[in-house]
Amino acid sequence: MLYREVGQYKTNYAADMALFPILQDRIGIAVILAIAFVLIPLSGNDFLLNAVMIPFLIFALAAIGLNLLTGYCGQLSLGTGAFMGVGAYACLKLTTFFPNVNIIVWIIASGFFSAAVGALFGLPSLRIKGFYLLVATLAAQFFLEWCFIRIPWLYNNVYSGNIVVPSRTLAGVPVTGPTATSLTRYLVVLSIVVIMTWVASNLVRGRIGRMWMAVRDMDLAAELIGIRLLRTKLLAFAVSSFYCGVAGAMLVFLWYGGAEPDVFNVDQSFISLFMVIIGGLGTMIGSFFGAALIYILPIALREVPAALGLPLYPATVEQLQFVIVGVLIIVFLVLEPNGLARLWQIGKQKLRVWPFPY
Amino acid sequence: MDILYQIFVGPFVQMATAPDLLVQTLWDGLVSGVLYALIALGFVLIFKASGVFNFAQGIMVVFAALTLIGLHQDGLPAFVALALTVVVMFVLAVGIERLMLRPLVNQSDFILFMATFGLTYFLIGFGQLVFGGNPKVMITSDLWLPSGAIQYTGLGGYVQFQKIDIAAVIITSIMVAVLAVFFQRTRIGRALRAVADSHQAALSVGISLEQIWVIVWFAAGVVALATGIMWGARSNVDFSLEIVALKALPVLILGGLTSIPGAIVGGLIIGVGEKLADFYWGPLMGGGIEGWFPYVLALVFLVFRPQGLFGERIIERI
Repeated sequence: MLYREVGQYKTNYAADMALFPILQDRIGIAVILAIAFVLIPLSGNDFLLNAVMIPFLIFALAAIGLNLLTGYCGQLSLGTGAFMGVGAYACLKLTTFFPNVNIIVWIIASGFFSAAVGALFGLPSLRIKGFYLLVATLAAQFFLEWCFIRIPWLYNNVYSGNIVVPSRTLAGVPVTGPTATSLTRYLVVLSIVVIMTWVASNLVRGRIGRMWMAVRDMDLAAELIGIRLLRTKLLAFAVSSFYCGVAGAMLVFLWYGGAEPDVFNVDQSFISLFMVIIGGLGTMIGSFFGAALIYILPIALREVPAALGLPLYPATVEQLQFVIVGVLIIVFLVLEPNGLARLWQIGKQKLRVWPFPY
Repeated sequence: MDILYQIFVGPFVQMATAPDLLVQTLWDGLVSGVLYALIALGFVLIFKASGVFNFAQGIMVVFAALTLIGLHQDGLPAFVALALTVVVMFVLAVGIERLMLRPLVNQSDFILFMATFGLTYFLIGFGQLVFGGNPKVMITSDLWLPSGAIQYTGLGGYVQFQKIDIAAVIITSIMVAVLAVFFQRTRIGRALRAVADSHQAALSVGISLEQIWVIVWFAAGVVALATGIMWGARSNVDFSLEIVALKALPVLILGGLTSIPGAIVGGLIIGVGEKLADFYWGPLMGGGIEGWFPYVLALVFLVFRPQGLFGERIIERI
């Protein structure tokens, strides 16, 4: 009853191909955007903005990047962390050389460097498949991580070896660096993530996305119907790394405000892969669900014992958190191997027929 | 020209002029290769029989070693603790089969792989809760493992062999031999190979998949225990070992995911290659290349043989 498309006629092709063809979806997305752009900033809760929303959005963008590669094109990758790192270091170098150019331009532009590196490390995917490819991408992860530590030029020869984020302003308002408020940073992150999500969701419904999906389902058959594997796979690696690179640049410039090379270690790659799988392979909304579950759940778990008044050591809480997250991953996979996005679809179907059981 | 000399000639001159260093490096590489091979062996056992890419093998090594030390610290004699640890690994295998594999039967490989990630997280948290996060010292002497070193003088210098390393090589060889006999000659081994070939065909001739899975996970647990003891005797036992276990991945794909000899040969190639590269070519690049060299080496091999050195040929059909 609540979610029924009955009576919503499409009278032209544009309406038929709209991103959200159903009225209720359009209302829903408008409400979500209104909450994100108006309600959350108005709440002015610094913890919510800085510790929850900003990282959640950034990780969601990285998950979208990996999802394009793994979920849509079927290429396993454990190089996400390193590709994020390439974005962050590229952004640092660019803004060092050209300090007067708008920092947001450099955050986006750093994605191109990441894309180039990603395409380079995507080359073996033509020969290597499945789990073999997974380990091959680990080569990218560890090699790039080594570069971040061993090449002082990358971090501007700072003694500590960390990225130090300079202050940059946009129309007089500080966007990065210690003086930037969390509200400004949140709005910048949100805008970039919304636009890039929109681009990605259109990309995957078009020609390119369909080529990726054909390659995912069976690359040999895809080749036979005239899809060029080299181009398609490398494009997937490049676009995926572009998204990861932008996410990495935002992670350092708009969230941490300075970072050790350790931020981009193999754990980051694993966590991104978790987000994609738990959220749902090959779905946009799944990337957000996955990022929410994997990132926000531990924060929530940390608060639970304190809220209940249980006297636990912080170390114990962290260990319990590992246990609970581990068990939850298995439980989720057992209950719904297709991820949270599938649960969402089932929920929508239930709403469609409500209040009747079928 | 100078840089070319440094890369292509210098290291070999160094090798020829100081053979004792070369032998020492080769030996170090051989030993770490054996240890990588041990971890890879656990992976291969499980992958062969159930098609699960078991990421948790690394943490199982740590968990087994910590259980052994923890039981010994509680006052049990070393060999009783060892036996009890084997029992614990069996219980773990049964638990994994019941709670994780059975509900996930017939899911794609990828989902099972992610489930082993969940298992890794669980074991990290659980292990730290029970045993604490501090590094522990392996009970080497209580298990009658030798310590100290043998020095061999000659080759224009001297070469040092740690006794524990020699023991590790011997124990690994015995274990591989036992596993090979087990796989080739025994009834269960034949059943394991049948399951590896085809789950359905194995089921149809009356092989119980559940039993087979418990057996392979238990076998992998015992291999993990052996690895934990060997590795723990060389350095302390703590959770950072899990990262070292990641090194088993290039070993695994270099040798081929389904091949036990592949795991051994891959381990030796990676171990020796890594140590040689780090010792002779590392200084040219600022050091620390041990971290990524194995992966790149495996990658280069894979480009020419996508199924690994000993892996089954990948046949694709439309």
